[in-house]
Amino acid sequence: MKARPFFWAFVTPAALCGFGLAVALAALFQFSLRAYVPGSLEPGGFTLENFAALMKPLYARVFAETVWISGVTAICTLLVGYPVAFALVRTKRRVLKSAILIIVVTPLFLGEVVRTYSWIVVLGNNGFINAVLMKVGLIAQPIQMMFTRFGVIAALVHVTLPIMVIMLAAALAHIDRDFERAAESLGAGPVRTFLTITLPLSAPGIVAGLTTAFAWTFSAFATPQLIGGGQVNMLSNLVYQLGFASFNFPFAASLSVAGLALTFGVLAILRVLSRPLEAIGPH
Amino acid sequence: MGSGRAFRGILGIALVSAILCFLLLPALVVTIAAFNARAILSFPPDSLSWRWFAKALAYEDFRAGFRNGLIVSACASTLALLVGAAFAFVLDRYSFRLKRTLEAVLVAPLIIPHFTIGLGFLIVAAGLGATRGFAIVVACHLILILPFVLRSVYISLRNLDRRLELAAASLGASPLRVLMNVTIPLLAPGLVSGWLFAAILSFNEFTASLFVTSQRTQTLPVAMYNYVREYADPSMAALSVMYIVATATLLIIANSFFGLGKVLHVEDVR
Repeated sequence: MKARPFFWAFVTPAALCGFGLAVALAALFQFSLRAYVPGSLEPGGFTLENFAALMKPLYARVFAETVWISGVTAICTLLVGYPVAFALVRTKRRVLKSAILIIVVTPLFLGEVVRTYSWIVVLGNNGFINAVLMKVGLIAQPIQMMFTRFGVIAALVHVTLPIMVIMLAAALAHIDRDFERAAESLGAGPVRTFLTITLPLSAPGIVAGLTTAFAWTFSAFATPQLIGGGQVNMLSNLVYQLGFASFNFPFAASLSVAGLALTFGVLAILRVLSRPLEAIGPH
Repeated sequence: MGSGRAFRGILGIALVSAILCFLLLPALVVTIAAFNARAILSFPPDSLSWRWFAKALAYEDFRAGFRNGLIVSACASTLALLVGAAFAFVLDRYSFRLKRTLEAVLVAPLIIPHFTIGLGFLIVAAGLGATRGFAIVVACHLILILPFVLRSVYISLRNLDRRLELAAASLGASPLRVLMNVTIPLLAPGLVSGWLFAAILSFNEFTASLFVTSQRTQTLPVAMYNYVREYADPSMAALSVMYIVATATLLIIANSFFGLGKVLHVEDVR
């Protein structure tokens, strides 16, 4: 056996952190199996009732809406993010590269609340878009964009775009340009070269970006809460409402557990679907 | 052929410019709103004023949130750096039982919804009678930002030239001395950028914080959220502008020192 300096000293803190997370998730799971005692913060005995209640159409609708919004957001983010990532990696001019990078990365560090608030100012009935359209004379009445799915998705795409661009750019930056040159020298046009060489080679970035965008949207709270305003309800909003408005922590916990299972389920499906894509990719 | 290429080029530039405008739009609009003298939104503003900046800076919940946020993010990011760097070292150098399992558990917070983690920590804190203190907030943030530090330090370790360590060891340096005098100095850029990244993420974390903070420990994003729910005046716009300016400035400085492209691994390498 080789000497392994610092092994125990270095692995123990990490193991403690892993243990902490496991305890938190175990506590959540345990709570999800307890009965709700109205008017008390202490849960009652063990029961499966919470999970049975998840089957009610009201909750099934929230699950479906959450998955739908997360999926649409992830795909829109990919479509909007790809051209930017491409420009970021391929532009030759350093100033332009830095400018794109700063514009893309800054929102990542602003947090969900600041960005959501900014979108309220943009989308509101007396917000920026409606004011401009009314000044120009295109509309007489403000268009309702707050409290709609469109508004929520627009803001969520903005929230997930930076991480998508970073992941796509990382994949694009590692593509061997010789493959593209070979295709072009064999007579393929730029569009064909892009579709048959560049796009498949960037597949790992696409998968990583979609996965992260989906998980981030699934976990978003402030955006659906403030822009959705009760009209668009995602799982996170329901969990918070059950916990802090009705103090029904056992049911909130069972919703969280179901949400966790759903996230892992969707990501597993995405992984299986993307396997043929990754076989083409370089990693 | 030539004109087709030029046309595509112009189309591409227009498309990318439009998307960048979409990214910039909220920041620009919120800046206009922040200088509006009246309490009700209107575009263009009737008159301009700095009053909302003064109000935001004087608002007690924002000030307390800022202080709490600094405490939490300083503690959480420093702990995450120590734990994450140590574990990245072990991941890079050793193989052991349960290595992949532990790694998977520690990076899981990247895809576990934050409200799930927040609720789990809240339940644990309630069981321990610790819902009012900073400890639970720091612990929760530590778990959430650890994957980022782990990744940043691990990549730096991969790119480290091991021969320098071997040279030091063959000259008689003890493992501790090699670590302190060779490995850590070589890792410094990765350690600093990982730590900075973690601190910023912790300072901005909102969803899990909403669950684990109390009135006394609420961080700035939670204070801002509560403000937006209750008031509609542009103080929040003014605070957002300060936030955007501070963040962009930090990033421009970081870009000129470290080269953000390298830190984020988006440079064209070939």
